[in-house]
Amino acid sequence: MPLSEPVSAPVSTPHSAPLAQPHTTPYAIADGIGGGTATAPEITAVLAAANRIILGKEIPIRLALACLLARGHLLIEDLPGVGKTTLAHTLARLLGLDFQRVQFTSDMLPADILGTSIFDREKSSFRFLPGPVFTQVVLADEINRATPKTQSALLEAMEEGQVTVEGETRPLPEPFFVIATQNPSHQIGTFPLPESQLDRFLLRLSLGYPDSRAERALLESGDRRSHLAALQPCLSPADLPRLQAQAAAVHAAPALLDYVQALVEATRRSAAFRHGLSPRAALALLAVARAWAYLAGRPQVLPEDIQAVWPWVVSHRLPLAQGGSQARPEDALALLHDVPLP
Amino acid sequence: MKLWRRTSESRPLPPPLPAEALPWLLAAALFTVAPHFLYQPGWLTALAGLVFAWRGWLVWKRLPLPPRWLLTLLVTAGVAAIALEYRTLFGRDAGVGLLVLFQGLKLMELKARRDGVVALMLGYFLLLTHYFHSQSIATGLWMFLALLTVTAALLRLHGDGPARPAASLRRAGLLLLQAVPFMLVFYLLFPRISAPLWGLPRDAHAGLTGLSDTMAPGSLSELIQNGAIAFRVEFAGPVPPRQALYWRGPVLVRYDGSRWHPRPADDLRPPSIEARGPEIAYTLTLEPHNQRWLLPLDSPRAGPPESVLTQDRQLLAKQKVIARGRYAFRSVLDYRHNGVEQPDVLARSLELPPRRNPRSLALAARWRAEDPRPERLVQKALAFFRQEPFYYTLRPPYLGREAMDEFLFDTRRGFCEHYASAFVVLMRAAGVPARVVTGYQGGEVNPVDGYLTVRQSDAHAWAEVWLAGEGWRRVDPTAAISPARVESGIAAALPDAEGLPLMLRMDVDWLVQWRNRWEAVNNAWNQWVLGYNPERQRQLLSRLGLPDTDWRTLAAALAGSTGLLLLALLLWSLGRRPRLAPEVRLWQRFCRRAARGRPALLIQPWEGPMAYAARLAQAAPPLTELAAEAAGLYAALRYGPPLPPSQRRQLQQGLAACIRRLPSRRLS
Repeated sequence: MPLSEPVSAPVSTPHSAPLAQPHTTPYAIADGIGGGTATAPEITAVLAAANRIILGKEIPIRLALACLLARGHLLIEDLPGVGKTTLAHTLARLLGLDFQRVQFTSDMLPADILGTSIFDREKSSFRFLPGPVFTQVVLADEINRATPKTQSALLEAMEEGQVTVEGETRPLPEPFFVIATQNPSHQIGTFPLPESQLDRFLLRLSLGYPDSRAERALLESGDRRSHLAALQPCLSPADLPRLQAQAAAVHAAPALLDYVQALVEATRRSAAFRHGLSPRAALALLAVARAWAYLAGRPQVLPEDIQAVWPWVVSHRLPLAQGGSQARPEDALALLHDVPLP
Repeated sequence: MKLWRRTSESRPLPPPLPAEALPWLLAAALFTVAPHFLYQPGWLTALAGLVFAWRGWLVWKRLPLPPRWLLTLLVTAGVAAIALEYRTLFGRDAGVGLLVLFQGLKLMELKARRDGVVALMLGYFLLLTHYFHSQSIATGLWMFLALLTVTAALLRLHGDGPARPAASLRRAGLLLLQAVPFMLVFYLLFPRISAPLWGLPRDAHAGLTGLSDTMAPGSLSELIQNGAIAFRVEFAGPVPPRQALYWRGPVLVRYDGSRWHPRPADDLRPPSIEARGPEIAYTLTLEPHNQRWLLPLDSPRAGPPESVLTQDRQLLAKQKVIARGRYAFRSVLDYRHNGVEQPDVLARSLELPPRRNPRSLALAARWRAEDPRPERLVQKALAFFRQEPFYYTLRPPYLGREAMDEFLFDTRRGFCEHYASAFVVLMRAAGVPARVVTGYQGGEVNPVDGYLTVRQSDAHAWAEVWLAGEGWRRVDPTAAISPARVESGIAAALPDAEGLPLMLRMDVDWLVQWRNRWEAVNNAWNQWVLGYNPERQRQLLSRLGLPDTDWRTLAAALAGSTGLLLLALLLWSLGRRPRLAPEVRLWQRFCRRAARGRPALLIQPWEGPMAYAARLAQAAPPLTELAAEAAGLYAALRYGPPLPPSQRRQLQQGLAACIRRLPSRRLS
């Protein structure tokens, strides 16, 4: 069973580990190793198509897809103009889902997202006009520009899968997937998301600048959004729930659960963080690692899968003991070296 | 030359000192050094304090360490100062002083991890030296805290880094807890030695308090202010009434007009003591007082083997009492002593300083003229004390040259030593042989542990007169003036508890209760921990079925029980460690073999199989396929869905085959 592509292990020796390489982290992107079946063809197709649109971002695309397969919401924290919106739009198109984009501003009200009732003169009754949240993929752009009240309206919808407006509860479509983007919080005019609401996002990613080869290709071929219109869905509406169920069924052996527990315990003991990971975070970690293994076509989760998704799943859930902000992915990555595999 | 160069080049840099261990090292050093400040000269304390503050500041401000020449200068100056202070560099105090100096300055050159280890080992050693000075419970507790800190610092030094401080302390505590059985075994079985192993300087016991061997007005009333415990008594039967508790100390015979002196204790003719009541057995735990007397209950019949009973019934230890000791005594409360007395003793008991106290002598002569019978004279003197306006007070006025005259006729204010002294002077002047006895009177039962506690404040002086046919009879003139002193104790006898320290005043109830508890705990510590001497060790061992132990049996018992403990620990830890699954052992063997000769290729504890295979493939391309296969097999076995046993065995065999297929020599 050969490795289908050479993998550079980022953590090579104990003293010289290049820890902070957000985009070359994952071990074994190689598909089908570890005695597994091959990746589902639909998945391969989605990944290939997405990589044609967004250049040089294999890992973030893969993580975003894993997040979707694990039925979680995605937070992308990055500078404007690196392709956050394109990523969200591409995924929605490829998966055959409706897509709405909401640009958050500081004067936005909850009703602007959830919808509102207006009086219908002809029927002399109120009629509900659904807001942009009633769609399958919501791109909540610059969510930290909005006031906490508006933020929490969206986050509640994410948590409950339904919206209650004027006493009436309306279900949101299935699947419901929020991709929120956030400017780095040191920028002025932002309301950083509180800890409890960050926890609602399964993953937090950053895209980063493209490498020089990808940037050159981008410059040569023009704006990617023009390619979007031509994009054909790779999945039928029935496919996604099936793939999600398969991802959730990836085997996690007792030895692997031991490892997850040891890692979570290490965050609780560590003096670097104000508090450790919650049980919900542990569940999230396992779910994303399952989806990650599924993307690689593996029937079981390996420690490498945990390690690959670890910084993106946990860093926004770990407040630093000093400085008061959330840990960076590098901080979380450093902890991996302290926890031996059981 | 070439060889040397090669070794020096290939030697790796020592592992650096982890930054997060620094505050711990500082705290550990401070903990170990701090109690020494009580005993060492002030300048050393100041120097050590300065060094600590300096080091703390360097850590805080993240400044570099001082240059080497400055340290050399400091060490030289410090050693010279210690040599000047103690006139030597050897011995207990100078040695400990040097260690304190080194411990402080070692902090100034903490660069590598090795330096930290040296500082901590020095800390462990310094801890031991505290026991030169104190072995109390408080010292023990402090030592335990310091031990915990030093051990935790050692853990931090060796990469306990990311853990919270409390977690490090807990781990250190667990480590120490595991050492407790060994500590107990060594405590109980290590051969005990009566004398300390190290010689102590001659003046080591100069500060001990207790009765003095002479008595002058004022000498006892100073001692009364002292609430310290003189001794504790455990009675085999019920505690006798307080009025009968006269603890007999030095007997003072010679009076020079202001001061009473003892006779040299050379009269070892056995006294004749005729018991007229039952014998009382008790054990007395005497605090060290740097004198020989043992303070038995009046009158002792026989003392322990290491003591002698003199003609005038002083029980003397063969050596000065410089360590707390337990003594078993037998006494009779009702007795007749030396009905027939040696003439020289009687003659000495009648001597008075010439041309002193004429008024007293005249009074005694007048009494004698009225009725020369000794019993009547005793009665007259006591009646005189009772009827004339005498006061019992801790603050008597100063007495001049004719001390007894002034006291008996002018001031009439005095403490027990005044009354005992005046009574004996009157009796001698009237022709009745008499002498002063000092010691302690009374005591107080601690309700917590039932021990009778006698304090320095119970110090007392009384008189003895010799009556023909009856022998020496105790007369306590203080009882005539202040019966409460004898019946209820010193605190009740003094008006408003004048001048007594707070701890001795009986009217503060909660204070008394707490004092009782604390003293009971201390007593238990003294009796059971510090009092574990060769004698007790022998008793314990014979109870365990090992009578007649010599050091060989002890060594064997020690080795045997240590071995058993180690074995038990080993079994326990083996039982706790989950047995490794076969595939884990196979995989580990594969990784070890693959990395043979190349330590950098060893699998890291956190490294998963696929990541390791990828790293191996990069470092040794010929191994690519084999590594991927082994990793795949291991991943399927360890992390895959459950397999039927036959398939499982097959995969394990495949993994074993991978090991065999590894090249036997290193690939490059």
